[in-house]
Amino acid sequence: MRIITLIISLLIAQFASAIPTIQHWQTDNGTKVYFVPAPDLPMVNIEVVFDAGSARDGKKFGLSRLTNGLLNEGAGGYSADQIAEKFDNLGAEFANLVDIDMAKVTLRSLVEPELLQPALEMLAIILTKPDFELKSLERVQQQLLTALKYKQQSPSDIANKAFYTAVFGEHPYANLPDGTIETVTALTREDLQEFHQQYYVSNNALISIVGALDRQAAEKLANTIIKLPSGKVPNSLPEVTLLTEAKTIHIDHPATQTKVLIGQPGLKRGDADYFTLYMGNYILGGGGLVSRLSEEVREKRGLAYSAYSYFMPQRVLGAFIAGLGTRNDQTAQAIEIVQKTMQDFIENGPTETELKEAKQGITGRFPLRIKSNKDIVGYLSMLGFYNLPLDYLHTFNANIEAITLPMIKDAFQRRLLLDKLVTVTVGGKP
Amino acid sequence: MFHKYLQFIILFSFSASLLAGEIHEFTLDNGLKLIVKEDHRAPVAVSQVWYGVGASYEQEGKTGLSHMLEHMMFKGTKKYLLGEFNRIMAINGASQNAFTGTDYTAYFQTLEKSRLPISFEMEADRMRGLVLSEDEFVKEREVVKEERRTRTDDQPTSLLYEYFRATAFQTSSYQNPIIGWMSDIGNLQLADLQTWYQRWYAPNNAILVVVGDVEPQTVLKLAKQYFGSLKSSELKSPNSRPEVEQFGVKRIKIKRPAKLPNLMMGYKTPTLATKSEQWEVYALEVLSYLLDGGDSTRLPKNLVRGQQIASSIGSNYNLFGRLESLFTIEGTPTDKHTIDELEAAIYAQINQLKDTLVDQEELAMVKTKLRASQVYELDSMFYQGMKIGLLETIGLDWRIFDSYLDNIKAVTAEQVQMVARKYLIEDHLTVAILEPIGEDK
Repeated sequence: MRIITLIISLLIAQFASAIPTIQHWQTDNGTKVYFVPAPDLPMVNIEVVFDAGSARDGKKFGLSRLTNGLLNEGAGGYSADQIAEKFDNLGAEFANLVDIDMAKVTLRSLVEPELLQPALEMLAIILTKPDFELKSLERVQQQLLTALKYKQQSPSDIANKAFYTAVFGEHPYANLPDGTIETVTALTREDLQEFHQQYYVSNNALISIVGALDRQAAEKLANTIIKLPSGKVPNSLPEVTLLTEAKTIHIDHPATQTKVLIGQPGLKRGDADYFTLYMGNYILGGGGLVSRLSEEVREKRGLAYSAYSYFMPQRVLGAFIAGLGTRNDQTAQAIEIVQKTMQDFIENGPTETELKEAKQGITGRFPLRIKSNKDIVGYLSMLGFYNLPLDYLHTFNANIEAITLPMIKDAFQRRLLLDKLVTVTVGGKP
Repeated sequence: MFHKYLQFIILFSFSASLLAGEIHEFTLDNGLKLIVKEDHRAPVAVSQVWYGVGASYEQEGKTGLSHMLEHMMFKGTKKYLLGEFNRIMAINGASQNAFTGTDYTAYFQTLEKSRLPISFEMEADRMRGLVLSEDEFVKEREVVKEERRTRTDDQPTSLLYEYFRATAFQTSSYQNPIIGWMSDIGNLQLADLQTWYQRWYAPNNAILVVVGDVEPQTVLKLAKQYFGSLKSSELKSPNSRPEVEQFGVKRIKIKRPAKLPNLMMGYKTPTLATKSEQWEVYALEVLSYLLDGGDSTRLPKNLVRGQQIASSIGSNYNLFGRLESLFTIEGTPTDKHTIDELEAAIYAQINQLKDTLVDQEELAMVKTKLRASQVYELDSMFYQGMKIGLLETIGLDWRIFDSYLDNIKAVTAEQVQMVARKYLIEDHLTVAILEPIGEDK
């Protein structure tokens, strides 16, 4: 154990030079760009992010995902086959992705101009001129419906859906990006065109770039892919209403195990309590095999393969979730242990040792956050999207070091309300 | 395009890499092989210990033994008592875990580079010093049963895959589920684990792979310091029974509460480790990419977009199996089509590969894609280590990566046709179907 303490004391400040400095500017038509040069590998990772996640669906649940999923299924006169061929022939990897807040398209390409330039031009066409032709729409709609059915046979997906509905009620966060069978079936070409017109605009976009380019090349790249009309920044999302009472929901499912999710609205990006809650949760249920929940449920009692908790920080309050899966007849026992563990943590807070070790663990892990271009480009999008300071990574460890025991206890007592938890169980009879 | 959400098999594409840092190989006196790859982009190191033992080494009635032992490896040694391994890794900010496959069991840490000695110290300690306690074992066996329920029993497509492999392989130990059959998990005893541990966990059955911001000679010195004194073992080869020849198609149907049907098809195929012509393996690799190597390739293009018979579809070929493996195709039909129609459409695609030579443009596309992915892969230190470990644990040399792309480039349209005709044949096929039933059962 001696070498271990020794090494730790040497650390902390020494990663500073490894933290990438983020360059930031706007394209000719107003899109924010975040760039980190990464000269070591002859490739570039690009993300184009829109405030067009499922929170913008209105009542047409699934609209954001279907719109995003159709971008590359025919655009500017190119068919879905032609677009796929174009990217494959260039060795470029295109992907699209929608969560509650964000709609993204990503591109990974080699930087050889004869490969990169045509890929960028295709990306611009996909973003600007999607055809949303009926034939593609119907097919992708069917795929989305099939995905929904698949989720109906997955206990954790069933639990997740019920949980979000119960925690967020009338708030847009109650609906997950997949939508429902009814709403997805009802979506029309006009819905998609309207959604695209409103949200896929340059003022509602940001670009993140990490790759073997210089600043000038990165500026040119950003101007090449964003040919969108300027449009408007969408309205702010409504605040999430806190729950007024506890709720318990059980869904019968033919399974040998019961999935349990317990939680409520949690925190947002840039939240004043962000680092305090993040660190407190690391101790409660976030630190892998060493957290209190894992210790009580898995290590001491063998009740579950995994027992965890996390905050999902979003634009407005995202979910706090504690979860596990256990043999049907052990469900009540497992829930009781989670409740007791949470209660004890909230009432008494962590111990000095837990705090010290959590700080060591989180700060010591810092270099892992920036170990690949893919990690870094994800940070750029996150920081840009949520308007977080560009020195976020530089100050991360200092923010963690500043947290004290009373801060954690106070934040958890204010923010995690034990008498207003939603508990969802999905599983079979004991 | 949506992701293939039903895809349960990880697709690895392997490649050589001229761009990557050099690879250095050392062997300690006790037989431990150390392979170091430099990547100086971030102050991080990945350390992986690979043991040449996995589910395919297990005997009937003892399936799941390697995986259970993997779990017990976190339960303490003479030097570091119960709980200390995870705690020490946590306070050092290590991202750490372990995984078991058919041919290997691997333990890894990703950590800030100056902490590599911590990883070495702890891994060396548990390579020979594990303390197996009955109390911890009894609890952990329940954890593993919960893992099985989560991953397999309550996931209809995972269950189908398990039954599919157990049907395809009649005598080969590739029939063993990695996690083990539930009854075997329940019957395992502490003494089984003790024997398994003593038999396989030794420096001469381990490969230590380090990738990251490190200097090879320093890593070698550290490896000697921590692992050098460990005693090697006398290793016996696993009693592997070869797969008997298959003389006709095998078909099974699984009826489970589910919402969607699913189809799995697998043809027996050679790997780089089995005794077959090398070009055949690379031709099968190219064939696999022609079918499902990107959105524009044949299966997504023809079955998802063109004929709209499949809602999702994928193919997989593992050229790095220790034993004869499967070339698999897996998919779900759209609402308007049946499993039978999907199966027929897949045969049509396979027959086309047998009847018509692939055109040069299509071949060129596959080669460009593989060239690009060889660069993209370098963005992940973990994956670079994984490629080395996967090869070495099946007794192949990591240098194969250096010639991988050349071997791929050398594949001709005629060779693709030849392997399609030779290996994608009905007599060597297994078909498994998931038929959804109501939830009352």
